Amino acid sequence: MAEKEILENIDSEYKYGFTSDIDTETIGKGLNEEVIRIISSKKGEPEWMLERRLAAFRHWQTMKLPTWAHLDIPEIDFQDIIYYAAPKARKTLGSMDEVDPELKRTFDKLGIPLEEQMALAGVAVDAVMDSVSVKTTFRETLAEKGIIFCSISEAIKEYPELIKKYLGKVVPHTDNFYAALNAAVFSDGSFCYIPKGVRCPMELSTYFRINAEGTGQFERTLLVADEGSYVSYLEGCTAPQRDENQLHAAVVEIIVEKDAEVKYSTVQNWYPGDKDGKGGIYNFVTKRGLCRENARLSWTQVETGSAITWKYPSCVLLGDNSVGEFYSVAMTNNYQQADTGTKMIHIGRNTRSRIVSKGISAGKSQNAYRGLVRVAKGADNARNYSQCDSLLIGDKCGAHTFPEIDSHNPTAVLEHEATTSKISEEQLFYCNQRGLSTEDAVGLIVNGYAREVLAKLPMEFAVEAQKLLAISLEGSVG
Amino acid sequence: MLSVKNLCASVDDKQILRGINLEVRAGEVHAIMGPNGSGKSTLASVLAGNEKFTVTDGSVEFMGRNLLELSIEDRARMGLFLGFQYPVEIPGVTMANFMKMAVNEQRKFRGEEPLSAGAFLRMMREKSAVVELDSKLTNRAVNEGFSGGEKKKNEIFQMAMLEPKLAVLDETDSGLDIDALRIVATGVTKLHTNENATIVITHYQRLLDYIVPDYVHVLYKGRIIYTGDKTLALKLEKEGYDWLINDYKE
Repeated sequence: MAEKEILENIDSEYKYGFTSDIDTETIGKGLNEEVIRIISSKKGEPEWMLERRLAAFRHWQTMKLPTWAHLDIPEIDFQDIIYYAAPKARKTLGSMDEVDPELKRTFDKLGIPLEEQMALAGVAVDAVMDSVSVKTTFRETLAEKGIIFCSISEAIKEYPELIKKYLGKVVPHTDNFYAALNAAVFSDGSFCYIPKGVRCPMELSTYFRINAEGTGQFERTLLVADEGSYVSYLEGCTAPQRDENQLHAAVVEIIVEKDAEVKYSTVQNWYPGDKDGKGGIYNFVTKRGLCRENARLSWTQVETGSAITWKYPSCVLLGDNSVGEFYSVAMTNNYQQADTGTKMIHIGRNTRSRIVSKGISAGKSQNAYRGLVRVAKGADNARNYSQCDSLLIGDKCGAHTFPEIDSHNPTAVLEHEATTSKISEEQLFYCNQRGLSTEDAVGLIVNGYAREVLAKLPMEFAVEAQKLLAISLEGSVG
Repeated sequence: MLSVKNLCASVDDKQILRGINLEVRAGEVHAIMGPNGSGKSTLASVLAGNEKFTVTDGSVEFMGRNLLELSIEDRARMGLFLGFQYPVEIPGVTMANFMKMAVNEQRKFRGEEPLSAGAFLRMMREKSAVVELDSKLTNRAVNEGFSGGEKKKNEIFQMAMLEPKLAVLDETDSGLDIDALRIVATGVTKLHTNENATIVITHYQRLLDYIVPDYVHVLYKGRIIYTGDKTLALKLEKEGYDWLINDYKE
């Protein structure tokens, strides 16, 4: 797809900033054990799940907010947040026709075709509105292959053995402040299980949407690829335009068993706040995958939204010969702040990892790459290649890189390359002289810069991501 | 087509152009020669609208419009093409995408529909042959990793794609070996018609063996001090500029 066609559709404003008038059921603001019991009971959870939540909550109360990131985070009052909001269901849904029409319109506006269009696109979608998973399409098709793709709430009830076995294994509630909070209050999210030797015939997708005011969103995604299986998983996020800051603290756990492969792609476009830095989502996310022998996990992310992004999709390369990859484009404009990167933890022998990070800073934004490559004592012949590029637009923004290497094995081969560049006047003049407007030229140059990462995204997502990059840069030049 | 009157321009308060007068009609080829630092490249940049330079006086009319009032991109869309002396690299942006945007911007400006993908690719193939460029070019990033010769051929390829009314070629021959020079120069000649015009800025007469100029201008200290026909270039090659510029030395 040509950049031209993509750039033709530029809107100058955040196009997902609408709110939907949907009957919403919420509980009051604040967080205590009682609230957690309410969440658990609203979801009809078994006792063991409630116990897990309470354990996480008790641990969370002993923890302090992390302050090491290169972020200026205003104080967050965790008692001033609604921890549960759900579109009110009229009754149990039997088919698409019974979904609240307004809700359907919302997802249509977002370009999420929940119905027949999906069949053409070949994508199965789980859409999470505020806290509750609204509808999972294509369950039957997937079920024929033994693939489970449903909301995590359902999974807790229907597949308790799998949940008990895997939930919290890669990201335990003790991991960090936001992971503990999420483990205590997560309200929904997606669960996916690909059985042994099965190649998932379509891309699986989750769409997250924050709608209700004053709410936090805490989804939990658990993805298990059993031995020799394959799945490509997509995740998209949008939120209405509001003056307040809203908290989003998600956890994604992935288990990639022996010989399995998982591709996990994210296009994150939470509301970034306005041009003066008012409003926007605080995005604190913990994403981590565990790779067994010969397994392969590839993270691809395009981060354009959120007022604050704190996110490090990581790979624990436990099994011999396992491979971890991280491809990232993180763009900040106006007053956005991002501190994002990855951790590659080499434990098995002959493990390999690859990091390609492309930061783009414009306006008065701050954009940091933070990465850790750790090679454990027994990780003979571990290899890592890291490339961290920063692109600056204008002279009021900042780009920072914090790469850390921690090797305990002399056979490891680790490479790190970094560049910082600016869009030059000469490049703009050259494009202008060929008839391109400056705005189109910047979109083109930025997409070219990010091409290596965008090429890793599935087609439909790549197109959306290219548009997003161009839109998010509006007003950053000239 | 182009009428330049008393054009004066400066950069960083330094006066470079001090009253250029130039008339270019359709079908003509003009060569601009002159010693280093005389303002040749500045003239090309100012015509294209490079904002590094400030126009301090004079007027430029192009296709009946006041050129100096137009944005860089509108000048380009109207059919003014600048062949760059040092073409810049745009990493990751393929020539196909770049040219598709450029061609369609021009078409949009003229109120035409964008080209279909098929028609566009055919055009790319056809036009890359003009300068004997490999059609694999389409998937390479703009000027990235191009040799000096390829970059210059690529400029003429873009000229072929955009079919300008007026092409200003800024030292398109610099840094070329004999074969590349022949290819680039014959490429320019092939593109010449009675409908368009070309201004070639060059140091060397050899380019003019291929691109035969109707006029040769000598630019010195920001002014055109002498105009002749193609034989002037031969004389300059032999005798240098001294005989011309002595009168103007301070």
